[in-house]
Amino acid sequence: MSDSDAQNLREIRAIIARHKLGDLIFLVTGLLVLMIAVLTFIALFSHMLIDGLPRLSWDFFTSFPSRRPESAGILSAWMGTTLVMIVTAAAAVPLGVGAGIYLEEYAPKNILTDLIEINVTNLAGVPSIIYGLLALSLFVHQLGFGQSILSAGLALALLILPIVIVATREAIRAIPVTIREGAYALGATKWQTVSDHLLPYSAAGILTGIIIGLARAIGETAPIITIGALTFIAFLPPSPFKEEFPYISFEWLMAPFTVMPIQMFNWVSRPEEAFQVNAAAAGLVLVIMTLTMNALAIYLRYRMRKNLKW
Amino acid sequence: MVKDFSSEHPVGNVSSSQYKSEVRNLSFYYGSFSALKNINMMLHEKKVTALIGPSGCGKSTFLRCFNRMHDLYPGNRYMGDIILHPDNVNILSRSVDPIEVRMRISMVFQKPNPFPKSIYENVAYGLRVRGVRRRAILDEKVEDALRGAALWDEVKDRLHQLAYNLSGGQQQRLCIARALATNPEILLFDEPTSALDPIATASIEELIADLKDKVTILIVTHNMQQAARVSDYTAYMYLGEVIEFGVTDTIFIKPKNKQTEDYITGRFG
Repeated sequence: MSDSDAQNLREIRAIIARHKLGDLIFLVTGLLVLMIAVLTFIALFSHMLIDGLPRLSWDFFTSFPSRRPESAGILSAWMGTTLVMIVTAAAAVPLGVGAGIYLEEYAPKNILTDLIEINVTNLAGVPSIIYGLLALSLFVHQLGFGQSILSAGLALALLILPIVIVATREAIRAIPVTIREGAYALGATKWQTVSDHLLPYSAAGILTGIIIGLARAIGETAPIITIGALTFIAFLPPSPFKEEFPYISFEWLMAPFTVMPIQMFNWVSRPEEAFQVNAAAAGLVLVIMTLTMNALAIYLRYRMRKNLKW
Repeated sequence: MVKDFSSEHPVGNVSSSQYKSEVRNLSFYYGSFSALKNINMMLHEKKVTALIGPSGCGKSTFLRCFNRMHDLYPGNRYMGDIILHPDNVNILSRSVDPIEVRMRISMVFQKPNPFPKSIYENVAYGLRVRGVRRRAILDEKVEDALRGAALWDEVKDRLHQLAYNLSGGQQQRLCIARALATNPEILLFDEPTSALDPIATASIEELIADLKDKVTILIVTHNMQQAARVSDYTAYMYLGEVIEFGVTDTIFIKPKNKQTEDYITGRFG
């Protein structure tokens, strides 16, 4: 190796070392930024965990709210949240998935559908209290549903509708065009293609969107307060099951209710220290509910996509 | 523009008996772009016809007219006729349902595109679309189709496994079985071996040679040797026009047109 070759090699190594330093700087910065986000969540969550965990007990889940903090519980709140979520899912899933399929597969591409698309995307950015106002005038007053579980569920359904629509469209769009053409080439109609192929293959993505939407809805407070949920309620909605025919009743839809975030809000605004502990415990339950739903979404996506590789 | 011949000619018309299909003055537009210009040619019954030509010459576009695939997308327009014998129906006519056309004319795509379902369900899908529900009939037709595509022996013990577990060449033969299951009158191949290795390619070519006793075949290929090996008739296309159409041997040995000769000898393309 001549002198000039050796000189050349040294220069190359110096350049590589400099470039690698740049790599390292970005790696450290990236980690730091990530840590800020993760640590913030961990700090919040562990603070709540320390405050609230000792308060969690069977009684906490099976007791109504009370003026005495030590005997107060979240029975009516988690029951209300569950029932509202059922209504939300029942309304948002068929509407959202149906709208997504229509926009992706059936709608002609013209100015009208472009407008609808822009509208749907914009809806996702509307503040949730606006949905509350809409629900107050439309569901509570115009349609006469009152300050009920039905009104709250429908309000939250409107709120998450854009999420479900967008998730449905993205999931369907992820299916390669060759699969779609394969189905059409065999003489399938549009609906056969949708129901035999597009829907089953996009189910994982759609389900993920639904669960993420519901996880968003479960923590919403503003629209529920706007339509007039109670902050103190010491009875449950009527049971959906009856002794006599037809055994199923929908009276619970019209019942007054409260939900978890409102129960929390109510306790936080009390002066007594013991109620703050209750609020932390209820917050813990709410966060665990949300995390469980997200984990379920991730698991389902993993399970259902295992068989799909394009 | 569109003329329906279905009632004008009796079945088994003498002049057209050896033709499965006649293309008359076919033009095709993507929006305002004219992709096919005044094409006239025949598909001979139970023969293999190859479409060759440089990229973008319109061979796939032409092929996809035969099963009205262009109807799936907005802004496409056909002019002229593709007459299907023996019933002399113009399959491009607005009064003919594209779904009916696709039930008579099957297609195999460039990249193997099995559905993410079992091998059995892939082959049975065309039958299910036609409303076949009886298990015995489905079983029989699925077996026939898999045998026809020379895949039966390889998959008979794992019919209910996912089609994605098959190799690329097997997947393409599965797609051929899927297309065969419904006894199509014409089988369209759109560069069926371009995503396959040489061994899988050879098996597909062999299969095409076997199939021509049963069905009329139209194949698009960018591989001239393949066209020479598998086809009886060849059409050379350039910029949306059929420059030369004739018996494959003639096209490859003594092309009449200078352009065809340049392409085939590799001076152009």
